[in-house]
Amino acid sequence: MKIIRAQEQKRPEFRSVYVETLMELMESNPNVVNLDADLVGASGATKLFKKYAHRCINMGISEANMIGAAAGMSLTGKIPFIHTFAPFATRRVMDQLYMSGVYSDANIKIYGSDPGFWAIHNGGTHTTMEDLALTRALANITVLAPSDATQFKWCVKKAADTYGVFYIRAGRKAFVDLYDSSSKFELGKGIKLEEGKDVVIFAIGEMVAEAYKAREILAVEGIEVAIVDMFSIKPLDEEIIKEMSVGKRLVVTAENHSKYGGLGSAVAEVMAENAINVPLRRIAVQDCFSEVGTADYLQRILEIDAEAIVELVRSNLIKQSV
Amino acid sequence: MNKESTVKFANVIRLETAKMLMKRGFGHLGGSFSIVETLAVLYKDILNVDPSNPKWDERDWFVLSKGHAGPALYSTLALKGYFPKEWLMTLNDNGTRLPSHPDRLRTPGVDCTTGSLGQGSSQAVGVAKSFQMDGRSNRVYTIVGDGELNEGQVWEAFQFAAHQKLDNLIIFIDENHKQLDGLTKDIINPFDLRLKMEAFGFNAVRVDGKNVEAIYEAILLAISTKGKPTAIVLDTIKGQGIPFFEEMFDNHHIRFAGESETKLREAIASLEKEVSE
Repeated sequence: MKIIRAQEQKRPEFRSVYVETLMELMESNPNVVNLDADLVGASGATKLFKKYAHRCINMGISEANMIGAAAGMSLTGKIPFIHTFAPFATRRVMDQLYMSGVYSDANIKIYGSDPGFWAIHNGGTHTTMEDLALTRALANITVLAPSDATQFKWCVKKAADTYGVFYIRAGRKAFVDLYDSSSKFELGKGIKLEEGKDVVIFAIGEMVAEAYKAREILAVEGIEVAIVDMFSIKPLDEEIIKEMSVGKRLVVTAENHSKYGGLGSAVAEVMAENAINVPLRRIAVQDCFSEVGTADYLQRILEIDAEAIVELVRSNLIKQSV
Repeated sequence: MNKESTVKFANVIRLETAKMLMKRGFGHLGGSFSIVETLAVLYKDILNVDPSNPKWDERDWFVLSKGHAGPALYSTLALKGYFPKEWLMTLNDNGTRLPSHPDRLRTPGVDCTTGSLGQGSSQAVGVAKSFQMDGRSNRVYTIVGDGELNEGQVWEAFQFAAHQKLDNLIIFIDENHKQLDGLTKDIINPFDLRLKMEAFGFNAVRVDGKNVEAIYEAILLAISTKGKPTAIVLDTIKGQGIPFFEEMFDNHHIRFAGESETKLREAIASLEKEVSE
């Protein structure tokens, strides 16, 4: 796999990637249908709705019905893709996701957009920092948190090709570019992006790019940082967690999500069950709510950015050396 | 339809359901009995199904959105030959294929998993939308409870069904006037359900849910109605068909002991006599 580390280079917005990928999927597979809950404009899917009017349904502002109806459609052989904002794709419809979705073994694909701080000016009411905790606790589900456009596209295609309930969480805007188009991904496999003997950062989504920024700052200080992209939250790559943790001075997890139940919890579980005796610190949203603001402002006050990672690593390594 | 044989089929369904519940010692008798006549009409006279091929592509679908009436559905399916009748005596046993609420992965003939109220209605509209999209002639039938209408999700599904003009969808509302804690009018008053459904854009009729002919006629009317879904409000009695249980106030979930056990035993004896005649 080739890794592009041009961090300033920006790819198209995720919503465009989603729409373009669905365009391809709907072209090649007549069973693919597209459902949205009155966020067609917000997801940029208008042209998809025009081209495939017959197979695109605006379900209106009724997410519970959207999940249930999609599940029903899937039982007849359709492959419904569903988009709404992440809080409404998870928190609002948990019981539908459970009974009509995973418990019924339905075949539905959910893109929960704008998780965590990406709610920006929609604010605290529209912010979910719980979606990974909620979905990860469900049996019979695949949970993905892609870190760049190439990987996001792969996730959407993989969801179409694999039977079962998929939850894919990502912002609508562009993320930093990490992978080139020849990159190969696998469900349940983390991606070792960088080696480094002192610290390993397990990161997901936009936090992989933040881990890169932190790595460069820490390198100047003589601290070597490894980075692993854990985009496959469920199934989880336990082996890579074991392999990359053992022997490090510090393990860090980084996610745009609550510290409870997300990536940090998952890594902690694997480390504890395997008696990996390395300190673990989690960059994640503490036990608090978000508010309105720009993405960088929210990342800063929620302490989920490169700066927070650098401070965390410094303070913990200093403590260790005292 | 042959009224006499459909009535007899209903009685056999009621008998088998009573026997299941007697064997188990507890269960959702009230809401199971109120839909027996409707199940009899559907499975004897209406549904295009093949019990030897439950997943048949051309079949009509049936979604029991009020999933707690599972026992009545199981009796019907067993009598139709979807699975051996002996299974009925395993209701809610450890490892059973017949859990209290229908599970499409466990029981042949169960099209959708239901039980968490409101969700069957959405699954049903999704199935109907698929068929409409593909221009297929399969129909979708679903029964929701009047108590279940407390759930907001059913109204989301109803709005969708009407907006999408799902004339291949027939929704029965089992208005047995009670929910777990008491009378629907004392908990969340449903007001006039036929008018409500009409206002929601449905072809809406109200029929005596004890009368198999009336149910049958309403379904035929629904089938001939184009451009909108049909809601058939069934005027029923919780515990329908057995006077003691019709009169029992708390008859949603019954534990059979003492008088209720005796009465269920008597009902079984009398139904057995009736169906053997």
